[in-house]
Amino acid sequence: MDAINWYPLWLSFKTAAIATIIVFIVGVFLARMLARNTFFGKGIIEAIIMLPLVLPPTVVGFALLYLFGKNGPIGKLLLDWFDFQVVFSWWAVLIAAIVVAFPLMYQSAAAAFKNYDATLESAAYTMGAGKWRVFWTISFPLAWPGLLAGVVLTFARALGEFGATLMLAGYIPHVTDTIPLAIYFAVESGNMKMAGFWVAIIIALGFTGMLWLNWWSRRKIHGDDTKPVSSRKS
Amino acid sequence: MLKAKIKKSLSHFLLHVDFVVGDEIVVLFGPSGSGKTTILNCLAGLTKPDKGEILLNDRQLFMTKQIDIAIQHRHIGYLFQDYALFPHMTVRRNITYGTKSKNLVDQLMKELHIDHLQENYPGEISGGEKQRVALARALATEPQLLLLDEPFSALDEATKEKSHEELIRLHKLWRIPIVMVTHSHQEAEKLGDRILYMEEGHFVSRHA
Repeated sequence: MDAINWYPLWLSFKTAAIATIIVFIVGVFLARMLARNTFFGKGIIEAIIMLPLVLPPTVVGFALLYLFGKNGPIGKLLLDWFDFQVVFSWWAVLIAAIVVAFPLMYQSAAAAFKNYDATLESAAYTMGAGKWRVFWTISFPLAWPGLLAGVVLTFARALGEFGATLMLAGYIPHVTDTIPLAIYFAVESGNMKMAGFWVAIIIALGFTGMLWLNWWSRRKIHGDDTKPVSSRKS
Repeated sequence: MLKAKIKKSLSHFLLHVDFVVGDEIVVLFGPSGSGKTTILNCLAGLTKPDKGEILLNDRQLFMTKQIDIAIQHRHIGYLFQDYALFPHMTVRRNITYGTKSKNLVDQLMKELHIDHLQENYPGEISGGEKQRVALARALATEPQLLLLDEPFSALDEATKEKSHEELIRLHKLWRIPIVMVTHSHQEAEKLGDRILYMEEGHFVSRHA
């Protein structure tokens, strides 16, 4: 095998990590706002958020290409105001990863925020806590196991994004060549060894991630909250 | 002193009550779904009345379309039916959540015989202990009014008896208005200085 070009690994990780941070922050706050409130149009908003999960990545890619293309509504603005083009840049890789991974984080976070008894938040308010204190000391810690599952899924999805990335960012070595793209183009050019190498890395990462997540959620289930009365310290 | 006039339309009837509570234990007694908990929630600020006025020690907490003090500024202690202890915090952290006074927390824990449970989590203590922790937590905020929503319903008979005595004893120490919801007649008779009988959102007759 030729000398290995590690760039796809670095690019994939950088993109997935930054996408996960952005998706986490936006997803958590949006989910907290929407989870326990009902208002007119909520169903439509949630459907739009979840859409990338059910659409083929090429369709998501097409939509992004339309939005961010030179003549697209956002792309034109960016070009006119900042002389900046998203398509075929690292930003395109990042945007594709964010959009396809967002529904997973939102779904996990919304479920996590619905999962605990809302009376706990009411109790905190009656004790004089304001909204932020209630969020950071009650809502967030209680939702954390579900949020963490969302983080793992988001990271994995962002790491593995292919279709939308290819549509929006194309395959440009040392610019947009994430691992999934590197695999595809290695196979295209008949370099099966290289493709196999990246495949092995992705499988190993995914497997480790899922193992850890399973272990962690099992540990949580058997954690403090369910300890029998007899095992207490006194 | 609590003065409350509350009007709120619920799914099957109109809740319409008008009552005053001094430094006494007033029991709201009635069948499930007669609006008892809704009254507590309106007082605490968790639910908004359609119309009405709530005055606590001459402080206006609610007035139709004009005043609606946020829950966290009402200074009302609320003991929820299932206690709502924070499962991820120790007993001590639960009780200190709403206060900065370490002395008061220590005193309350001693008074309620839970000082040996400080480092335990709510999942590790018994029902009666949970109830006492929740009571200590509500009192630690030094409330001007205490709301109790079926505080004894999850306890066994022996623990119930003890908790009744404890509440009477604490009330003598604290002297604040207490509004308690129950559907046990025996409990209402035993603990209530006054009982307000409720049916479908109204008080039906008042016993001294």
